[in-house]
This record gives sequence, C-alpha cells and structure tokens, in this order.
Amino acid sequence: MSKAVSALNGASYDGFVRVSETGLRGMITLRGDLGSKKLAAAVKAATGAAMPKQRKITKGAKGLVAWMSPDELLLVVAYADAGEVVAALDAALSGEHALAVNVSDARAVFRLEGAGVRDVLAKTCPVDLAKDAFGAGDLRRTRLAQVPAAFWANEDDSFELVCFRSVAQYAFDVLKVSAQPSGEVNFL
Amino acid sequence: MSTRLSTGGRNLNRAKQISFSFNGKQLKGYEGDTLASALLANDQMMVGRSFKYHRPRGILASGVEEPNALVNLESGPQFEPNMVTTTVELYDGLSCQSQNHWPSLEFDVGAINSFMGRFYTAGFYYKTFMFPRFAWKHVFEPIVRQSAGLGKVPKDRDGDRYEHFYAFFDVVIVGGGIAGLQAAAAAGASGAKVLLMEQGAHWGGRSMVDGGHVDGKPVAEHVAALLDALDAMENVTLRNRMMGAGVYDHGYVLGYEKLTDHAPEADGPKHRLWRIRAKQIVTATGALERPLSFSGNDIPGVMLASAARDYVERYGVSAGDRTVVVTNNDDAYRTAISLKNAGLEVPVILDARATGGGALAEEAKALGIRVENGKAIAKVKGGKRVTGVAICAQAGEGAVLEEIKCDAVAMSGGWSPVVHLWSHCGGKLIWDEDQAHFRPDTTRAPTSHDGQAFVTVAGSASGPLGLGDVLIDADAAGKSAATAAGFKPKKGDAPEGVTPEQAALEPVWLMPQGAGPKLRMKAWLDFQNDVKVSDVRLAAQEGYESVEHTKRYTTLGMATDQGKLSNINGLATLAGQLNASIPEVGTTTFRPPYTPISFGAIAGEARDEAFQPLRRTPIHDYHEDQKAFFEPVGHWRRPYCFPQGDESHADAVKREINQTRNSVGLLDASTLGKIIVKGPDAGKFLDMMYTNMMSNLKVGKCRYGLMCNENGFLSDDGVVARIDEETYLCHTTTGGAERIHGWMEDWLQCEWWDWKVYTANVTEQFAQIAVVGPNARKVIQKLGGDMDVSKEGLAFMSWKDGKLGDFDARAYRISFSGELSYEIAVPASQGRAFWDALMEAGEEFGIMPYGTEGLHVMRAEKGFIMIGDETDGTIIPQDLNLNWAISKKKEDFLGKRAQLRSHMADPNRWKLVGLETLDGSVIPDGSYVIAAGENANGQRNTQGRVTSTYYSPTLDRGIAMGLLHNGPDRMGEVVEFNKVDGTTVKAKVVDPVFYDKDGEKQNV
Repeated sequence: MSKAVSALNGASYDGFVRVSETGLRGMITLRGDLGSKKLAAAVKAATGAAMPKQRKITKGAKGLVAWMSPDELLLVVAYADAGEVVAALDAALSGEHALAVNVSDARAVFRLEGAGVRDVLAKTCPVDLAKDAFGAGDLRRTRLAQVPAAFWANEDDSFELVCFRSVAQYAFDVLKVSAQPSGEVNFL
Repeated sequence: MSTRLSTGGRNLNRAKQISFSFNGKQLKGYEGDTLASALLANDQMMVGRSFKYHRPRGILASGVEEPNALVNLESGPQFEPNMVTTTVELYDGLSCQSQNHWPSLEFDVGAINSFMGRFYTAGFYYKTFMFPRFAWKHVFEPIVRQSAGLGKVPKDRDGDRYEHFYAFFDVVIVGGGIAGLQAAAAAGASGAKVLLMEQGAHWGGRSMVDGGHVDGKPVAEHVAALLDALDAMENVTLRNRMMGAGVYDHGYVLGYEKLTDHAPEADGPKHRLWRIRAKQIVTATGALERPLSFSGNDIPGVMLASAARDYVERYGVSAGDRTVVVTNNDDAYRTAISLKNAGLEVPVILDARATGGGALAEEAKALGIRVENGKAIAKVKGGKRVTGVAICAQAGEGAVLEEIKCDAVAMSGGWSPVVHLWSHCGGKLIWDEDQAHFRPDTTRAPTSHDGQAFVTVAGSASGPLGLGDVLIDADAAGKSAATAAGFKPKKGDAPEGVTPEQAALEPVWLMPQGAGPKLRMKAWLDFQNDVKVSDVRLAAQEGYESVEHTKRYTTLGMATDQGKLSNINGLATLAGQLNASIPEVGTTTFRPPYTPISFGAIAGEARDEAFQPLRRTPIHDYHEDQKAFFEPVGHWRRPYCFPQGDESHADAVKREINQTRNSVGLLDASTLGKIIVKGPDAGKFLDMMYTNMMSNLKVGKCRYGLMCNENGFLSDDGVVARIDEETYLCHTTTGGAERIHGWMEDWLQCEWWDWKVYTANVTEQFAQIAVVGPNARKVIQKLGGDMDVSKEGLAFMSWKDGKLGDFDARAYRISFSGELSYEIAVPASQGRAFWDALMEAGEEFGIMPYGTEGLHVMRAEKGFIMIGDETDGTIIPQDLNLNWAISKKKEDFLGKRAQLRSHMADPNRWKLVGLETLDGSVIPDGSYVIAAGENANGQRNTQGRVTSTYYSPTLDRGIAMGLLHNGPDRMGEVVEFNKVDGTTVKAKVVDPVFYDKDGEKQNV
C-alpha cells in the first residue's frame, strides 16, 4: 500500500482561494434501493451516517454518504478501509439486488478554502452557489468546465470537489485559473 | 470645428488630464472622457472611412449605436479591432489607429469608389462577379479579400485573462437608466433577488442629460438618491460596465462585464461573461435616436441631435461653433437649447413639421433661436467636414431657398425603442403610428416552458418617451416581474416625473420628401456599409420584397452595428417603394449579442492548459519522461511509440514489435473501458447487448464479444470476464468506455427498467498493463506473490485475482497480439509502481514498452479487427466474417433483426480479406480496389477498399486487410489498389491471419 499515490500527489495552489489535492480517499459506489432499510442499516454501519436526501451529503463517525442519483450513493471513508467496507456491504446486502464497488482509485479529490471559494466554483460550475441556496451538507453533481465533477460544502464553508482521476490535472488547472489573484467576483 | 468648452461636462474630472494617441498623434483628454469625446475635443472630426466607398466618416453618435467611429485599439497582445470610440472610456496612454483606409486617413486611394458610386449599387457584388466564372477565384476574390473588413486581424496571442461566471436571480433588469433604476427599486422592495446591469460606467441614462423633475427634485438628485437606496438593499446587486448581451430560452441571460477595459493597468480579468438564470427579465434598454435621410447626411460634422447634446452636457465638448438643428420632433429642440446655453451658435432649427413644435420650441424661440417650420435640408455642403447646409421646403423636391454656413448639423428623426433583448427569444412587436416606431407588443412576450411570459419591458424601451410615463411604466414592470417571480411587491405609486409637453412627431423617411435621384444617392441609411436610399429603392425595383432579402442584397444593417440606426429608416424606405405599410414589411430578425462581445469572453477559461481536458493514465508521467510520441485517442493521449534518441517513428515501432514478438514488451492498456455489470438479470442483459452468448460464460473465464447497435452495425468489441454468479466485467474499446456505459444505462433505464441489473464504470479504478511476449510469464513470475500464472494455473482466456509481489492484481490471460500475454489490472494509485516493478523484472529480457502503433501492427498480423479501422458505422459483423461470434441459439440481441434485412443479408456486400502486395510495398491508407469502367460522375468504379495497412516487421513486408466484393471467394486472385500518384499497386487476396494461424503462440 505504501506505493499508492494519488493523481497529483497532494499538489496545491494559493490564489485568492487555496486549492489542494487531498490525497487518496476511500470511495465506494453503492447502487441499490435507497428506500431499503437493510441498505440504510448497512450504510450506517459502514459510515455512521444517516441516509442522505436528494442532493445532500451526510456525515458519520467513519465517513460521508453522498446522494448521487435515485439509486446510487457514494460512500467516502478512509482509503485503507474501502476494501473492508465493500466486503461488509456485500455481506450485509446479500440477497438484495445491490452493487457495491470500490472506486477509490478512480477519483481525485480537491479541497477549496478561503473567502472567495464560491466565486471560484461559480466560474466554471453552473450551480447556484449563493449562501442561502447552497450550504453545509449540500452536494451537487455537475460539471467543472468541460469535465464531470461533484462537490459539497463543509461546515467551515470550505468545499470538497471530486472528479475522475484521469482529468485531475485539468481540473486543477481550471481551479487554478479560477482562483488567480484579482479574480474575485465579490458577488456570492 | 469641434473643441473643448471651458466649462461643463458632468462626466469629466477636469483636474486629471490624460494623454492618448490617434494615428500616432499625441492628444490630450480628461478622465471621464470617452475616446470619441476626446477626439472631438481635439477637433478630430474625421475618424475613419466607410466600408465600400471609403467616404470620410465622422462621429455620428455618443453610444453603442455609433456606426462610423471605429478604431484598431492598442497593439500586440492587447490589440483589438473595431472598437467603438463612443463606448471606449479614455485612459492614460491609450493608443489607437483609424480603420479602412490606404495609404492614410486624409488621403485614401479607395475613395475613388465614391466617384464610381453610380456603378456600385445594390447587389453590385452579385451582378458583377458572376462572369466570367474563372475570374472570381483568380481576379475578384483576391481583390475583395484585400479590401474586405474594417479592422485588422490580431496577429498576437491575446494577452488578457477572461472568465465566465454563473449566477442565479429572481429578477434581472437590463439597463441602468431611470427606468431600470425604478424597476429595480420596485422589484427589490418585494424582497426578490435582483440584478441591475448597466452597459456604461454611469447610471441614470439619458435622464441625466435631458433633465426634468421627479417628485419636485431635479432628476439627477432623484437618481443619486435612488442609487443610494438600491445600494443599501441586500437583495439587489448593481453592476455597471455590464451589458445584457442576449436573452435566451428559460430565462437565460448573458451579461458581458468589462472589468479592466477602462483601466488596462489593473490586474484581473479583462472581461467576464455572466451566464445567468433569471426567473424574470426586465428589459429597460431605452431608445435610440434615428438619423434623417438627406443628401450629405454622412459628412463628418453631421451628428445625431442627442449626441451633440451629450457631448456638450457630459463631456464639455462642442461638435461645432455653428450647429444647424434639423428635426421632425420636439426632442431635438433640447439640443438647440443646450448648445445655446453653452454659448454656441444655432443659426437655425429646421423643423420638417409644417405646424412646428410645442413647449420646447417656444423655449428655443425665447432664447432667440431662428426656427423654420416645414423646412428641410436639401443637401449638406462639405467634404471632409461640414461647411454649410442648403435649405429647402420639406414638401418639395429640394429647390434651394437659402444656404447657411455651419460646421455641424444635429439631426433627429425620432426615437426607436431598443427592442433587441425583448425580441431575442421571440417577443413580438407592434407598429406605433404616433411615435413612428416599433415597440414591444406586451401581450405577446417571450414565453418560457410553462407558457408564461418571462420578459417584461420597462420605460422608453416599451414606447413612452416622457419622464412621467417612463417612471409609471418602469415601476409597473418592476412590480409585475417580482410578482411573476413569486414575490409580493409593496403597494405605492411611481414617483411623479415632469418634463415639458411635446407636440406630435411627423414621420420623415426622406428629406425633402420629393428628393430626386441625385439627392437620394447621397442620402445614407447605413453609414458603415454604405447603403443609401437609392440602393434600397433599387432593390425594391428589382423585385426584392422581403426585408430579409433586401437586407442581404443591399447589406443594409449587416455591419458591426447591425443596423441600430439604419433598420427603421431602411424598412420604411422599402415600404414606401413597395407601397406597403411599415408593419407589413416588418423588421429583420434581432439576434444576440446586442453589441459585439469579445472572443476571449466567449472562450472564458478554455485556453492554454485548460483549453481541453487531457486524460492521463497513472503511467502517463513515465511516457512523458521517455519522450513518447503521443496520439490522441478520445481525450486520452496514448503513446504511439517510444523513439530512442533520434530514431524514426517507423524504426521505433519495428524495434518495439520485434522485442515483443521475440522476448517481452509492455503496453499501457489502462484506457480500455471496464464496466461492471451485476444483478440477477446480468446474464440475460449481456446476451442482449452482445451478439454472442455471455450468460453461459463460466466464472473465472473470459470471452471476446461484439456489440451492435439496433441497426445491426458493429459498435464496440472487447473481452468479457465473469467475476461471480451475478457479476461480469465488460472491457470496451478506449473510445467506447463512456459511450457504452451510457448505452447500457439507456437500455436499462428506458427499455428494460424492470430488469435487475446495475452497472458501474470502473475504467479509471485500474491501471491495466499488458505483459506480452514469449518471456511474459517469466517476468511476472519474477515478481513473486501468491498467483499461479502457469499454463495450467491460469489458462488462456481465463482470469484470476491474487498477489503479484506486493500488488493486489487481477490477471487476464487474453491476447490481442497473438503472443503469450497477460493483461494485469492493479489499483490506479499503484499503477506506476507496478509498471516500474515490471520494467525492473523484465530488464534481463530487454523489456521495453510498445505503443499503439505496435499494438495495431501486431493485431493486424493476427487478422484481429479494430473498431474504427475495419468498422465505420456501416459495417456488420458478417462483413468481417465474424459469424462465429453471432449466436444462433439466442432468440434476440441488439441488431439481430436489422441484420436480417435484405440489404444486410445481400451476398454482394464487401467482405473482409487479407491482402499482400506483390512487390512487398505498403498499400496507401484509404486506397480503393479499382474495377472496370467509370460511374455516372466520371469516377473510376471500385470493388473494395483497404481498412488496415501496415509494414509488418515480423514478415518484413506490407500487409493489409480490406473489404472486397465477394472477397472470401477470391483467395489467390490479384486486385489493384489506386494510389495518390495515379498509379496502382497489385495485391494478392489472402487469409487475413498472417501470423501464427493456429494460435499456438498465445496458448503456451
């Protein structure tokens, strides 16, 4: 495991917002009946978090659970735990029609922090990022300029953004351009 | 001459003088000037030449409608052509050049066109360049190209930054004049989230110049108070230097914000394109003054009356010492009054109306200004600037009554509401007889998905021109937009605006009304594109009835100003000539953007590194370090080959293949698509997706499969591995991963929604490396770990999970090269380390990476097809002799029915064969097999074509695959392929498998 390297190896940039690649995260795509109690219990056991509502992300002691579509969740846990969580979900959901798959290595994660963080995202993501429209616990699957991405807001108004690993450099480049000094919009 | 007055100019900061240059001349202006006002202040009356006749052109307007005064601004990376001087804010050190003249602005060779004007009429290009036919390409086009275009094309990369910004509002108001401000106040009071944007630097619009009183206070005081109030409202955002460029479906608005145009030294982006979603849009875009059509109305010094007033009031600049005012309405009297009050001479006001004007006319007369009712300009005297006017009766044909010396003419033909944004998304117009203009038909507004109006119009843009009516209209518009957006506006009346009563306007489309051909030929409609009254009349005479056709025939309204001044005058002229009413003729289409926006703003962040996403595998850095030659595959860059030193690509490919065939090579196959398909119905689902049977694949085994679309054509191929009872992993082509995943989801979500199947695209979860060649097993075994990769332990076409060294690996015994081959998947984050471990382990075998070209050649040597080479969207598996991969047992699969159609089952379809040139050469890419005779177009008949063609290092000769009529039945026959040089190359039809026909090498 010591050889595991994230896409950008923790690169960071300080503009009017700080953009940094967070390193590897455990991520599990879970598809199934989101109304199932068995599934909710399995998710709770894996993360400690409750089932998220549409376009929300919930937080538990061991991880996060993001609503991705009417039959899909994304579980975010410690990188080292992802394999075990998949195994536990498979065991808990045996007999139920569901798919749990480890996608930890297919992703890159960025953290954005600083006063203008919403400005930076709103330059390339067609999302209403006004504070009253998007707060802590909100999540959006959208696009970042020309690539798919998802992001959510934390309690401290920092944001975390997930994209595919192969386009991590592009996503970082776009975020850097958006966060260049003197690029504040002073609107959101 | 035009000059700076000693006082006045509400926009100026006279304490700050700044310098700029025009055509290399150093000039002075003040902070707050526009480039146009500063040029006038320096008596630069003539600022450019017209497009066709190269006539001298002066500043005509004071805003976005300016057609003449365009310049090439700055140089190098900051260069921008066609910048409208009336909207360029002056800054220290500005440098610009005038456009469309050679060799100089003062002396221009192209002006000869003007004397040729009578031969250079409407449709000149269409009429002249038709014959002889060859002349267009060799004579006319090069000359037209040389003289076409106003500004120069930038030569350097753009040195500035641009960006987009997404924003969401309840109500967006376009236009920061008195109407926009009032609408914003009314909408803002309801609590709605409001954006008010103003294209210029200043708020208040024309009311700041035209004056009047609001609730007893001077209008400027009212505007200042209103701005303060709006500033204090949390829910209202004010943005100046931001133009509403376009209105689109579903409340989408483009805002074009100019951030540093006025301050180029400042850091930050130059332009920002706001991409806005609004529940409701209010267009408070005001009105534009129309010119009058009289002979010589294009001579520098002739100006819109409102512009002449603006230059005095806003910038303390006079267009001339003696200004004749000519009008068909009361508003122009304001100009005369304003000039007189500034101490300038107004020798006469020519009012085309026999009955004259109202209260403003009385005020002008009281100031001692001579007013002549029912009079007109017969012609303007002068060349590069106005020297005088000849006066005649408007009712007549232009007999000169008197000549008056002057150096400027201020004209007003009435006001047209700016209906562009209203019209962009389908808002309809009605003709207002009283005002002689088109205004929005508020009963037919642009509608959204729910059939409800989403655009409201406010103020002068909706027709009313008096301050009182404007305020009432704008207040109502703001309230109604807020209501429509779901808010409750506050009750209360609009503030009361008071301006002098005005007498009715009288439409004047030609001056004098009976002007003969000679005068009409010098009466301009479109100043930039040189379209005159005579041209539009000629077009009508030649049968052009549609306003859209006339526009294109005469080029009326086709210049960079898009007919902001010429539109109404032009179509009124057309209507007059057709003896039709103006609404019958109608307007041309209003399309966004309202005024040109920069390409930089449209591109936003998409330039340099961020121009386009480039997908990188976990091993990409290695390839870059090795200076691999890359080729694009989708958004990936894959190494084509790895040249060593100054080795040619062909030599590199040859070396890579020889090494792989003789020992061992590595391929980065991470880009191959990998899709998990799981569920009780997964087997049934895959039996539908693939032409062959997948449900009977045993756990632990792999099978090659073909996918067709519902029309039967081959769409993708790849190896499917069965992971467990309910789970399959489907490999797709590199370019097919996202497409096939979407295709699967489409069928699952839309057609077979009751089938229990989930899919997940795990392409990027894994780095996948092909270890290929007779020594592949030895290399892998050297890594250690618990995986048995022996012939028995991991048989051909099976897979296994386990440890290879420290790596969590899944190995597939599959081969696309015909050699002993393992494709090994490890988690992407360990991909580079695994690659390095393999390179180290393989060192004793001379291991080296090979690229996509080596991959292609080796698969062609084996006769394996490639999606995109052997297929092109019109090929069915049967064409490629892949019948063995089409299940006959299955009741159905996607494409089955289509493949039964007569054309698909036709024995005459071209089919796949192998091809060997007799001389050993390589058949050119794209070559056809020629047949006897010619087709109806005189082209050689064909009977087949090459699909893959390579030099095979293994066989040391050219090999190819191709599609040939009755191909498989013609083994041994020699056919001819055409070449670009006109000769042909002979090739023998052979079996497509050139290498190891029995497949012994891959199965060891």
